Amino acid sequence: MEPIYLDNASTTPTAPEVLAAMKPYFTDTFGNASSVHAFGRESKEAVEEAREKVADLIGADEPREIIFTSGGTEADNLAIKGIAMQNREQGKHIITSAIEHHAVLHPCEYLEEYHGFEVTSIPVDEEGLVNPLDVAEAVRDDTVLISIMLANNEVGTIQPIAEIGKIAQQKGICFHTDAVQAVGSIPVDVNELNVDLLSLSGHKFNAPKGIGALYIRKGTRIVPFMHGGAQERGKRASTENVPSIVGMGKAAEIVKNELKEKQEKLTRLRDKLIEGIEERIDEVQLNGHRNKRLPNNVNISIRYIEGESLLLNLDLKGIAASSGSACTSGSLDPSHVLLAMGISHEIAHGSLRLTLGKYNTEAEVEHVLDVLPKIVEKLRAMSPIYNQKEA
Amino acid sequence: MYSDKVMEHFENPRNIGELEDADGVGEVGNPTCGDIMKISINVEDDIIQDIKFKTFGCGAAIATSSITTEMVKGKSIKEAQKLTNKDVAEALGGLPPEKMHCSNLAADALKKAINNYLGLNGGDMCDDCDDKSGKHQ
Repeated sequence: MEPIYLDNASTTPTAPEVLAAMKPYFTDTFGNASSVHAFGRESKEAVEEAREKVADLIGADEPREIIFTSGGTEADNLAIKGIAMQNREQGKHIITSAIEHHAVLHPCEYLEEYHGFEVTSIPVDEEGLVNPLDVAEAVRDDTVLISIMLANNEVGTIQPIAEIGKIAQQKGICFHTDAVQAVGSIPVDVNELNVDLLSLSGHKFNAPKGIGALYIRKGTRIVPFMHGGAQERGKRASTENVPSIVGMGKAAEIVKNELKEKQEKLTRLRDKLIEGIEERIDEVQLNGHRNKRLPNNVNISIRYIEGESLLLNLDLKGIAASSGSACTSGSLDPSHVLLAMGISHEIAHGSLRLTLGKYNTEAEVEHVLDVLPKIVEKLRAMSPIYNQKEA
Repeated sequence: MYSDKVMEHFENPRNIGELEDADGVGEVGNPTCGDIMKISINVEDDIIQDIKFKTFGCGAAIATSSITTEMVKGKSIKEAQKLTNKDVAEALGGLPPEKMHCSNLAADALKKAINNYLGLNGGDMCDDCDDKSGKHQ
């Protein structure tokens, strides 16, 4: 069997149609989009066309509300640092959640450490959901930014962003959402979500790595942190990455057209995986909300075994997955998301994340369901804590 | 990330299990750490006649346990006592630096099993772990 890629929340392959759309912009249409000559104008047109497609994907009123960045991390950094700096005279309080991506958490920590901001981290329930009432309660007179992710990268829980957005609107506070995992997976509309800023990343929906965007609602003032030329209306200096921008535009166009179909297919495969695992392996628990969850996300803890050894065994069988185990997090602690959900260290160590993409098939899911129980059996047979349980 | 030798032991671990009438048993680590190793030995005429392990942990934890059992099987207690975690890592062609602490405890588990056989006391569980917080010190 061909290798099976079930780590689409990490990254997705660039779609062949996307690559084909990008190619001419490396060699033939190579002009600098800021140049006045024909070479430059052609590149500029391509960038603006891509901007329209990305704006269209997330329901932005105007293409100019889209600022291209080097990726989701830069978009999050620009949103958080930029809004904080813009409003630092009004106040120095930020509200975020305990399960944000590090691209949000670490800029917040930076603002605390170097610029005297205070950050309130809203806890989540055992399914990874933020309660909008907790956000409302955390608002202070000096709150200048609320940043809560649309869908979590590890457990796929989809947050009540529209509700939180309404609260932010009523209180007149800037509201940012990290939608990196959501865009291209579920319908995302900035007006329905009541957000002022929204981060997205191309490589999560079959555009190349190294390209992302920040939606900034018209009228929202922000301090840039890339200083230089006047690109992106002065909000993000640096010569436009034309081929990647074109690629992201193309990917946005494709995913918008196929979103309904993709969502249905992935939901079906996701549920088949979850139900299959629950049926074939005892003592497993689904992490995250069963329904309010991304169509492509399966996150399951398998008791008595450790995540990294599970991943290595899957890899030996040609199956690519990920885990929230400490051994794979690069630190001694397992995933901060699982811990914030109240999951014990032991259970978090045994977490397995399988994330689907547009190219996965039913046959691949069946193969995984065939292979996984055998690996679990092998690892449990050598687990001293599985034995203790039987004794 | 891992050497071929680590992967070879990870894929085909030697001496898995628990000896029913073990002469000595040693366990290190705890579930909070993410690594637990349990080694049991049978000793006859001062020689480790049989040895088995059970491990909950990452690839390095499984590979170090496996090679440890292989390295001391048939050896005298005295020789086995000399084995260090460092020797184990070297025998595997090295381990990634972040794995040197947590996942390389098999020699410690062996030492506890030997002490248990000799009737000596050894502290239990992972010495480097604070059981309450689960944080490594």
